Amino acid sequence: MADKPSQQSLDPSRRRFLKYTGTAIGGVVVGGVIGSAMSGGFKKNTAVPSTSPTPSGTPQEHLASDYNQAPMFFNQQQLQITEAAAERIFPKDDNGPGAAELGVAFYIDHQLASPWGVNARTYRMGPFVKGEVTQGDYLSIERHELITMGLNSLEETAKSKHSKGFVDITPEEKDAILTSMEKGEISVVNGITGKTFFNQFRTLVMEGVYSDPLYGGNKNMAGWKMRKYPGNQMSYITIIEKDQFVAMEPRSLHDHFVH
Amino acid sequence: MATKMPKVPVVIVGMGWVGGIIAAELSKQGTKVVGLERGKPRGTADYYMVHDELRYASRYDLMQDLSKETVTFRNTDKVAAVPMREYGSFLLGEGLGGASVHWNGQTLRFLPYDFEIHSKTVERYGKQKIPEGMTIQDWGITYDTLEPYFDKFEKLAGISGDSETNPLIGKRSAPFPTKPMVKTPILKLFEDATKKLGYHPYMMPSANLSEQYTNPDGITRAACQYCGYCERFGCEYGAKADVIVTALPVAQKSGNFELRSYSNVIQVLNDGKKASGVVYVNTVTGEQFEQPADVVIMASYVFNNIKLLLTSKLGKPYDPATGKGVIGKNYCYQTNGGTASGFFDDKTFNLYAGAGSLGMEIPDFNGDNFDHSNLNFLHGAGIRISQTGQRPIATNSVPKGTPSWGKDFKAKSLKYANSVISVSPQGSSLPWRHHYVDLDPTYKDAYGLPLPRITFDFEEQDRQLIKFVAGKAAEIMKEMNPTTIGSSDQLGPYNIVPYQSTHNTGGVIMGADPSTSAVNSYLQMWDAENVFVVGASAFAHNSGYNPTGTVGALAYRAAEGISKYLKSGGMIV
Repeated sequence: MADKPSQQSLDPSRRRFLKYTGTAIGGVVVGGVIGSAMSGGFKKNTAVPSTSPTPSGTPQEHLASDYNQAPMFFNQQQLQITEAAAERIFPKDDNGPGAAELGVAFYIDHQLASPWGVNARTYRMGPFVKGEVTQGDYLSIERHELITMGLNSLEETAKSKHSKGFVDITPEEKDAILTSMEKGEISVVNGITGKTFFNQFRTLVMEGVYSDPLYGGNKNMAGWKMRKYPGNQMSYITIIEKDQFVAMEPRSLHDHFVH
Repeated sequence: MATKMPKVPVVIVGMGWVGGIIAAELSKQGTKVVGLERGKPRGTADYYMVHDELRYASRYDLMQDLSKETVTFRNTDKVAAVPMREYGSFLLGEGLGGASVHWNGQTLRFLPYDFEIHSKTVERYGKQKIPEGMTIQDWGITYDTLEPYFDKFEKLAGISGDSETNPLIGKRSAPFPTKPMVKTPILKLFEDATKKLGYHPYMMPSANLSEQYTNPDGITRAACQYCGYCERFGCEYGAKADVIVTALPVAQKSGNFELRSYSNVIQVLNDGKKASGVVYVNTVTGEQFEQPADVVIMASYVFNNIKLLLTSKLGKPYDPATGKGVIGKNYCYQTNGGTASGFFDDKTFNLYAGAGSLGMEIPDFNGDNFDHSNLNFLHGAGIRISQTGQRPIATNSVPKGTPSWGKDFKAKSLKYANSVISVSPQGSSLPWRHHYVDLDPTYKDAYGLPLPRITFDFEEQDRQLIKFVAGKAAEIMKEMNPTTIGSSDQLGPYNIVPYQSTHNTGGVIMGADPSTSAVNSYLQMWDAENVFVVGASAFAHNSGYNPTGTVGALAYRAAEGISKYLKSGGMIV
């Protein structure tokens, strides 16, 4: 367990300390938004530095734009496992940030707290029967249950194989467990394979990387920037016929409100 | 129990393309029309935040709430059907405008061959060419008879297209109302490749306006901005034609049209020979209303048209054991497969930009435009390229052999984000005796009615078709000279999970013979002269084209029939 971060000091050494030791709840910080966001207590006047990219602005401004970064659904451990697993699916590399820095864990948390998380617009009348593969892999549990059970299964597998929690094992060890999940070798709960969980989780990660930032992921539109996607533009009439690729500064739906 | 409303001449069930067109045509002529829509009212002002891929494309904001009703599905009648609990293979619309709001706008006409598929197949290849169990039949109308109605629909919507008529598709009585969409670099690649191979490419007829347009009703709409958000999205500009920006204002202006939203029809009242009206539930209060009418128009999506007829015991239900009966018969879909993807290491394209119907197509392998003598299938596919806007959640293509997650996946999906394009066949779907829709014995909707049950699979016909057109698609892609090509010519069993196409057809099919069809060429029910069942439910099979152009033409044809019926009564001929 690392020390609780104090409410002072934004100097670089302090940043490094937080980055490499993790925060109050321990574990390896993967350069994401969570470790820094979890102060282990109430923040006072001064901000805990963020390890996520903030190209401009003071830390206070940065915090002000991030009131969205608090879990609506997960507990701390679930949030951390989510961030660690998501980062393996979409890792940081030379192209740019991975799922952790993009805020994907908060995106997933917010989705599970949404009507989607409780299957609000799906057909829920019974009987639930296991049909042919071509008839769909529908569960009687709700999406938020599938995900939390899957996260639990990642944790249990890590503990039984490596005697450590999922966030503390090596990237290679994480990948091996996720691969077993993907192949369905690990059962999430009786009757539900890891494959069902993995596919849903992978889809959530991609959504968190590339959905409009209003949902909590794709932080600072960095997901879009990596693939030169311009986001919310009103017209491409002037570039649609061009032979050359036209890169433009992306815009989010928030841009409808700031002018 | 139900509150009885004052009788009206015409009541329409469902306010999508079909309901809106018929409402406009009849109310213009002075007929009082009530339109019932189970969903909410909406319009362009509701699409201010429409460039939201998650909300609309991934979470299906404009689609039917499946918690209230859905369909059940099985591949064969040997297994029990399972409800489609969440969206996959196709997306059902809901709300004012129905699927006209969330379509792409690809507005093609079916081929002359389609309407006489049985006669023309027998004529060219002999009767033995049609395999045992395949139930293709003529539609009871020819292309030439339907042509003026195609023209009306295209003028209503302002369809954009080539000025020259392609020799391999039906003749046109008038040019497209607006010029074709722009020809982007990837369309030019496709055009050059297909021309070099001796094919006949043409610009996809588009309901995304290429230029500002004023239609014959005096309604002016702005040009498409190529923003890349059509399919699954509403158009904030009104540039993509839907019924709310075209036909409905005409109906509303007439003073003869009343729209009732939140009104879900649960029964067509009838004595087995004629209908006397409908019963609907106000979905807000749960209160039931009876709406008596002289004429009942069924204008909801394929599944609800079939379901309401079956639950209301109107028309003879189809029996797959005997092949007799008509309601639920000839359910068809769209046979998609054989896509060739080209990955370009040396080229990037502005793929984020696009429009739902920005594309090119060749008709050379569609319908009977090629010799089937030595082929083990009938009909074919439109082979096309389109630039609909590569939205980032949905589009992460990687070359074969790349893992679906992790470091390599990320690098490759980013590398090709603007450098992968596809040539895709859209295959026809022909009917079989054992493919149909009936009522599910187990599962019910929120109003206590049984869900429609689909029994459908891909057949050897479909596998052979895909194998053939996959070869053509790959040949075209090769000519376009990408660095690597990914393609597959295999077609598995029909699976309701992956999205394929919202082109479900049949179940209340049209024809010239009451023993083998449910409606005549005016979409009037053989078994109840004052009921018209209009939409893709009338298709006797599905072509290798998008259905809306033909649906629009049938809506105008039906409107004319209803108008005649209101004057003369009896079966319209």
